[in-house]
Amino acid sequence: MLRFALLRLRSLLLALFVASLVIFAMIELVPGDPASFMLGINAREDTINALREELGLNLPVWQRYTSWVGGMLTGDFGTSYTYRTPVTEILIERLWVSLPLAIYALTLTILIAFPAGIYAASKRGSLTDLTVMGATQLGVAVPNFWFAMLAVLVFAISLRWFPSGGFPGWDAGLYPALRALTLPAIALALPQASILTRIMRSSLLDTLSEDYIRTARAKGLTRGQALRRHALRNALVPVLTIIGLQFSFLLAGAIIIENVFFLPGLGRLVFQAISQRDLIVVESVVMLLVFAVILVNFLVELTYGFVDPQLRRGR
Amino acid sequence: MNRSIFAGTAIAALLTGGIAIAQSSSATVGMQLEPPHLDPTGAAAGAIDQVTYSNVFEGLTRFGPDGAVNPGLAESWEISDDGTTYTFKLRSGVTFHDGTALDASDVVFSLDRARADDSTNAQKALFEGIESVEAVDDTTVKVTLKAPQGQFLFNMAWGDAVIVAPESIENIQTKPIGTGAFKFDNWKQGDSISLVKNADYWGTPAKLNEVTFKFISDPTAAFAAMMAQDIDAFYSYPAPENLVQFDADPRFEVLEGSTEGETILAMNNKEEHFANPLVRKAVSMAINRDAIIDGAMFGYGTPIGTHFAPHNPDYVDLLGNSPHDPEAAKALLAEAGYPDGFTTTLKLPPPSYARRGGEIIAAQLREIGIQTEISNLEWAQWLEEVFRGKDFGLTIVSHTEPFDIGIYARPEYYFQYDNADFQALIEKLSVENDPEMRSSMAKEAQKMISDDYVNAYLFQLALTSVTNAKLQGIWNNAPTQAVDMTAVGWAD
Repeated sequence: MLRFALLRLRSLLLALFVASLVIFAMIELVPGDPASFMLGINAREDTINALREELGLNLPVWQRYTSWVGGMLTGDFGTSYTYRTPVTEILIERLWVSLPLAIYALTLTILIAFPAGIYAASKRGSLTDLTVMGATQLGVAVPNFWFAMLAVLVFAISLRWFPSGGFPGWDAGLYPALRALTLPAIALALPQASILTRIMRSSLLDTLSEDYIRTARAKGLTRGQALRRHALRNALVPVLTIIGLQFSFLLAGAIIIENVFFLPGLGRLVFQAISQRDLIVVESVVMLLVFAVILVNFLVELTYGFVDPQLRRGR
Repeated sequence: MNRSIFAGTAIAALLTGGIAIAQSSSATVGMQLEPPHLDPTGAAAGAIDQVTYSNVFEGLTRFGPDGAVNPGLAESWEISDDGTTYTFKLRSGVTFHDGTALDASDVVFSLDRARADDSTNAQKALFEGIESVEAVDDTTVKVTLKAPQGQFLFNMAWGDAVIVAPESIENIQTKPIGTGAFKFDNWKQGDSISLVKNADYWGTPAKLNEVTFKFISDPTAAFAAMMAQDIDAFYSYPAPENLVQFDADPRFEVLEGSTEGETILAMNNKEEHFANPLVRKAVSMAINRDAIIDGAMFGYGTPIGTHFAPHNPDYVDLLGNSPHDPEAAKALLAEAGYPDGFTTTLKLPPPSYARRGGEIIAAQLREIGIQTEISNLEWAQWLEEVFRGKDFGLTIVSHTEPFDIGIYARPEYYFQYDNADFQALIEKLSVENDPEMRSSMAKEAQKMISDDYVNAYLFQLALTSVTNAKLQGIWNNAPTQAVDMTAVGWAD
């Protein structure tokens, strides 16, 4: 198990290094200058240059790269060009919205998908199965922002059960904060739950047709017993992979939902930072997201080890 | 910290109607853009001024809702006969929000900082004419100019010329300390900025105890937040198509006013086609302003025939110079040597006036044979390619600075209009102090650029805000980029 973990860790570090190079190079290539963006269309050339100097933009490329990477290794992400506050502070503040939102949405996803998927698989071909599959078809097809707008119309404007958007902050209390995240979490969860339900169902059906299930049935287990005791655990590997991907997606890909609900999350931060050419923020957020994705994948691979003993020996 | 106690309190507050009580003394205003930081003297972003102008920071003079220049921190001033020395008398008893007193040395510091070599003031040109600034005594400041400057008091009213204190300058970008009727309270980045009433304000105190600016960039979200009454007003509402609905709803009021934004179809005067005045005239006559205002702006906006705000008393109506006449425009093109038209670029920045207007203009130009290759640019790209690189044929942009006709005297400015007579006229205007002379020169300048068809002048950008019908005192017009909340309050 340890050897397996170390091997994975090595590839994790290598991936991070390559990612830092690619991100930095890409951002260097994007046209647009943060200083001229800040100073607008009446600024003089010398003023723009004074600001570039102040922001450290006139330093050579390699020096900016090493100070960025060096800073990150010590937990210092630098200072935002536009906000003029430490990037670390901004990131932590945004993570306090994005991370709980992602966890909330993923929890809802699992709570919906597991029972629905298992139930549909155990009643294969029945009316319930068809209904569940039809619903998931719809869930995958409907764009989540459209559903979000609909939810705002019904639950925020007409019924006024939830705020139309915004985030009061965790210091406003757990209840107002969760209330603000509920509609966005549902909007994010529905399509993901639909996908996961389908994966869960088909993965279970695959394992149910394996020889060992037939053996188990032959020993006298009912279909339900065989499913719970033998099939479920084996069906989990593909499901875990998808959950890992979904978590990364929910963390980074909520830009549109964050816009619809004007939540101050990571997605909106990147979006804003790109248009303002706040390059250091973009670099740091993207790096953080890459790190999160790689870390989640690493954890998922480790859990494979628990689910499937064969993988522990590190082929 | 025990979360459940918080939750309990929150539910209790909801049940007892705590929110309704809070409403009477606070207001939440929606805005599309979040300021990058809060130093109006260190960036061009309009959102900075919208939050801080008059509310947090004040200058020697200040703009009123009608655009007039009124006394601000200076209660009076004397101008020497030759027009080069301004002696400002400061109000006494003014304190900054950190408790330190305002005195003449703060004014000297602020103006010297803005015009220093390493200054990052986005409007540094405002201070260019200053020769020296000195404190005569605690409440008297003498500003000596290199030459007389007719615009000086006007310039000092800009948000970029507000008075700051050396004691608090270091953190001004995140903790702004000014002299205004509101104090900066809290900034939840990405979400909102809140200001609280300054109890020690020198002038008429603010009516509201608290003002929160909430940043909602998505037009649909803005609509939802207004409809759900999560916010009390939306300054410069981004979706004009919803305004009819708000207008019909007794809970809301739609404010319609004007900005200082001359929206123009700018032409690259050094580009091979547009270097020819005949081509520029043809483009100007191919444009149907009413169709653009109706199609792109849902009818909000005033057509203009020159680079000047129609609500300014010196405005000259020059729409007659370029009436919509595609046939005449085609003839002009032929005369210029392009009987079959030509192809050029049309580069559009993000605002909807440009993106929506661009499509309509492309269609109108096609009618006279000019084909356009449209490209949509982000602001940063636009600044790089069009504004600094001058790599464009046509572009659409709104020039939001007040009284900015002087940009036509800068031959290196992005549309590259180079006319020595015009430059001499602006030179004369800038040192003229006599109001009548100034007025006639401003009119002359408008005519000159209109006769030269430097750019095609489209419309003055309208300002449409939506407010709760009971919230009163929000400015209809935007003489500068300000959301002055100092006189805003709730009607009973």
